[in-house]
Amino acid sequence: MIVLFGVFLLSLMVITALAIVRTHHLFVAVILTGIFSLLMAANFFLLDAADVALTEAAIGAGISTVLFLGALALTGEHERANTSNRLLALSVVAVTTLLVIYATFDKPRFGDPLAPVHQHVAPWYLDKTAEAIDIPNVVTAVLGSFRGYDTLGEVFVVFTAGIGVLFLFGARPSHGSGAGAGAARTNTTKPGQGLRHYLIPRVVGRLLIPFIFLFGLYVQFHGDYGPGGGFQAGAIIAAAVILYALLEGEEQALRVLPHKLLIGLMAGGALLYGGVGVAALLLGGNFLDYSVLAADPIVGQHIGILLIEAGVGITVTGVLISVFHAFAGRRRY
Amino acid sequence: MALLLDIASWALLSIGGAFVFIGGVGALRMPDLYTRIHAASLTDTMGAVLVIVGIMLQAGLSLAAVKLAAILLFLLLTSPTASNALASAALLAGLRPSGEVAADEEQSK
Repeated sequence: MIVLFGVFLLSLMVITALAIVRTHHLFVAVILTGIFSLLMAANFFLLDAADVALTEAAIGAGISTVLFLGALALTGEHERANTSNRLLALSVVAVTTLLVIYATFDKPRFGDPLAPVHQHVAPWYLDKTAEAIDIPNVVTAVLGSFRGYDTLGEVFVVFTAGIGVLFLFGARPSHGSGAGAGAARTNTTKPGQGLRHYLIPRVVGRLLIPFIFLFGLYVQFHGDYGPGGGFQAGAIIAAAVILYALLEGEEQALRVLPHKLLIGLMAGGALLYGGVGVAALLLGGNFLDYSVLAADPIVGQHIGILLIEAGVGITVTGVLISVFHAFAGRRRY
Repeated sequence: MALLLDIASWALLSIGGAFVFIGGVGALRMPDLYTRIHAASLTDTMGAVLVIVGIMLQAGLSLAAVKLAAILLFLLLTSPTASNALASAALLAGLRPSGEVAADEEQSK
């Protein structure tokens, strides 16, 4: 039954992908990309990867759709006519597809317990999590503690991406912070006023924003026990703030969370993560070895994971909101 | 009692499925955007409500039922809002309902 449902979802994804390629209307393509991500999230959930599904739904279907739409508002809605050599592209794609299909013949069967991935370190993680870290969600244990270096790298990737977007869009704080709200006001064009004249979306949105925040905090701090963690929570909280910006206007959102604070969040989360690692070093352990953070190693692990997840969440929130403002605050040329 | 619950749940799921189907057909077959939104919003409201209540009957008094109730509540809040926002955005963009155009033309004659 699950296989049947998976095949159904995957077929829908192929159809969506074909539609994305076929359409020349970029607006349609963006919405289809969101649908694609939602189908992907359902598929991940079907494979029991609830953490990944949550991330895909929050970031793929939610935030990136909004960011794409923000980018579209700066460019045009129609794809430029393609003048490049299509035959060459088609042959490259065909050869790659054949190679990938050929490679799948060597792949272990779906759900095969003897697959290499289930023989290598996975059993060790599953054995050791209860004993060394003692939290029910093994994904969080692997992500936060066993593979803490990788996650630190990911946080820095997110941070760097945020910095990159701010550089590309010529972040305003250099001249905006000095003049304060005045500069922001002159930069705010009519679309920046939000949905103030739409009564129903505004009322319902205002009603929902606190619950979205609450859910974000739940996902953040419940990550040890169920699906969730900093990345998902950061995306959800950023979504709440972006919804606020869409409803009340960008200017109002910037008054609540000014640029300076957002940049502080971006850097602060990554610093908090790195700082936990340095603290572990100073206390005589290895970098990002949380066991030394408290007298009891397991309590130390819990503190460490809580702190680094908070760092991840803070950075992701800051970066996503900053990127949104970078897109939305720029006037159309 | 269990049989009764199963029958009720089965009935709700089928009626919900029928509403989703009607909504899908309507979204494809209706003549203009506003009637299509009207048809599609049927899946979000009646279809989803009936299906979720049907699943709730299967879940019984458990945490799953509470979660489904929360999903139901948020769906009832957000789906009609999304339909409303879509329709008002279309109206703002200058798309007139096809029936209204005909009435306007008759008036101007």
